[in-house]
Amino acid sequence: MNANESLPRVGPVLRTSGLEKEYGHGEGLVRAVDAVELEVASGETLAVMGPSGCGKSTLLHLLGGLERPTAGEVWLAGRRIDELSEKALARLRRHAIGFVFQAFHLMDELTAAENVELPALLAGRSPRAARRRAAELLEEVGLTDRKEHLPSALSGGQRQRVAIARALSNDPLVVLADEPTGNLDSAATLDVLRLLESLRSTGQTLLIVTHDARIAATADRLISMRDGTFVEETRLTHGPTGRLAELAGLER
Amino acid sequence: MQEAVRLSMEEPAQGYQLRVVREVLLALLAKEASHGYQLRARLQLALGPLAEALNAGHVYVTLTRLEKAGLVTSERVGQADRPDRKVYELTAAGRARVTDWLEDTSWPKPAPAEFHLKLVAAAAAGLADPVRLVDAQRHALLAGLAVAQRAALAEPDGSIAGLLLEGVVLRLQADLRWLEACARYWNATKGRS
Repeated sequence: MNANESLPRVGPVLRTSGLEKEYGHGEGLVRAVDAVELEVASGETLAVMGPSGCGKSTLLHLLGGLERPTAGEVWLAGRRIDELSEKALARLRRHAIGFVFQAFHLMDELTAAENVELPALLAGRSPRAARRRAAELLEEVGLTDRKEHLPSALSGGQRQRVAIARALSNDPLVVLADEPTGNLDSAATLDVLRLLESLRSTGQTLLIVTHDARIAATADRLISMRDGTFVEETRLTHGPTGRLAELAGLER
Repeated sequence: MQEAVRLSMEEPAQGYQLRVVREVLLALLAKEASHGYQLRARLQLALGPLAEALNAGHVYVTLTRLEKAGLVTSERVGQADRPDRKVYELTAAGRARVTDWLEDTSWPKPAPAEFHLKLVAAAAAGLADPVRLVDAQRHALLAGLAVAQRAALAEPDGSIAGLLLEGVVLRLQADLRWLEACARYWNATKGRS
C-alpha cells in the first residue's frame, strides 16, 4: 500500500502561510524564517538561494517536518503537517518526503543497494519489492555496476547519486535537497546536475536549497532569501534562442 | 504617418548578426573557394542552437559587400537543374585582412565597470538599495544561465557547438561569482551605517 495515494493531488504539493521560526531569547533572538508564503506546484522544481545564515536551510527543515515552526502553517498535499504528532510526522517523512543532504548521510556499513532499499523497508514494503525498486533507481542514477559497493568505496558524486536514489525510494510527493553539491567538485556537480535535470523532466516535485548557480539554474523557478524572507523571484523558463544568441555575443 | 515610419525604423532587423561576420567568412575562404551555401553550413555547425537566431540572408549580403570592397572575387558556376551559383575566392587583400584578424587580441566587452558604478551611484544618492539591485541582476543572469545550461546539456558529447555553450555558461558563472562579492560588500556597508 502506498500511503501517498490516499492524499489528494490537486492544489500545490507544498504550501506555507505566515511561516516563522525563531531561535534564542531576548537580545539573542533570531528570526531565521520570517512570514514566508510559499507554494510549490506538483512537478515543479524550485531553487532557493541566499547567503549562509539567510534561513534557507531552516525553511527546508520546516517544510520537511524536521523542525517545527514558531508560527504559521505547513501544508503537504492538502494536509496540514506542522501540528502532527511526532509519530505521525516521522511516518509522513518516511512515506511522502525524500531528503538529500550536503553530507550524503548514507549508512557506512550498508552497500549502495541496501542504502536505497532501507526507506522502502522502513515504510513496510516487502524485501523483494524494495530490492526491485532499488535496482531500478540505481540504474536511473547510473550506478548499477556499483550497487554492491560500500559508500567508502564510492566517490563523492557517486555517494550523492546513491543518496538521491534513496530519496526517491518511496516515490515521495516532494524531494527536499539541502546543498546537494556543497561537498562536490565540479565534475561530480555536473553528474548531479544532469540527474536533477532528468528528475525535473520526469515531473518529480523538487525543492533545492543551494548557493551553486548551476544547480539553481536547473530549476523552473528561483527564489532568493535574505534575513529570513523572500526578496526576489524569477521563473526560469526556456528562453527564446535570441536570448542565448545575445549571451554568446551575437548582435541585433 | 510619421508615427508609422518611426516604428518601422525601430523594428529590429530579422535575427542576430555576428559582429565579425566579415572576418569569419574571409577566414573560411582562406583554404579554398566556396559557395555562400557552404559557408552558411559551416557557421550553422559551429553555432549549433545559436544558428537559429542568425539572420539567414546575412551571409549573402556580407559576401556581396566583401566583393565590392575587393576582399573576395566571385565566379558564376552553372548547375544542371538549378539557377547558377556564385563561388567566392579570397583576394590578396582579403588574405591580409584574415591575418590581421587572427593576430588581434582585443576581447569583447566584459561590463563590470558599468554595473559597479550603478551600485556606487545608487548608494550615494540613496536611490535604491545596492543589495536589491545585485539580487535583481543576479536573477537576470541566472535566467540566462538556465537557458544556456539547458542548451549545453542538450548537445551530444564532443559537439563543437557544445564548446561555445560551455563558454557562455562559464562566463555567466564568473559574473555571478562577482555579483556575490558585490552583495557581500554592500551588505556589510549597510551593517556599518
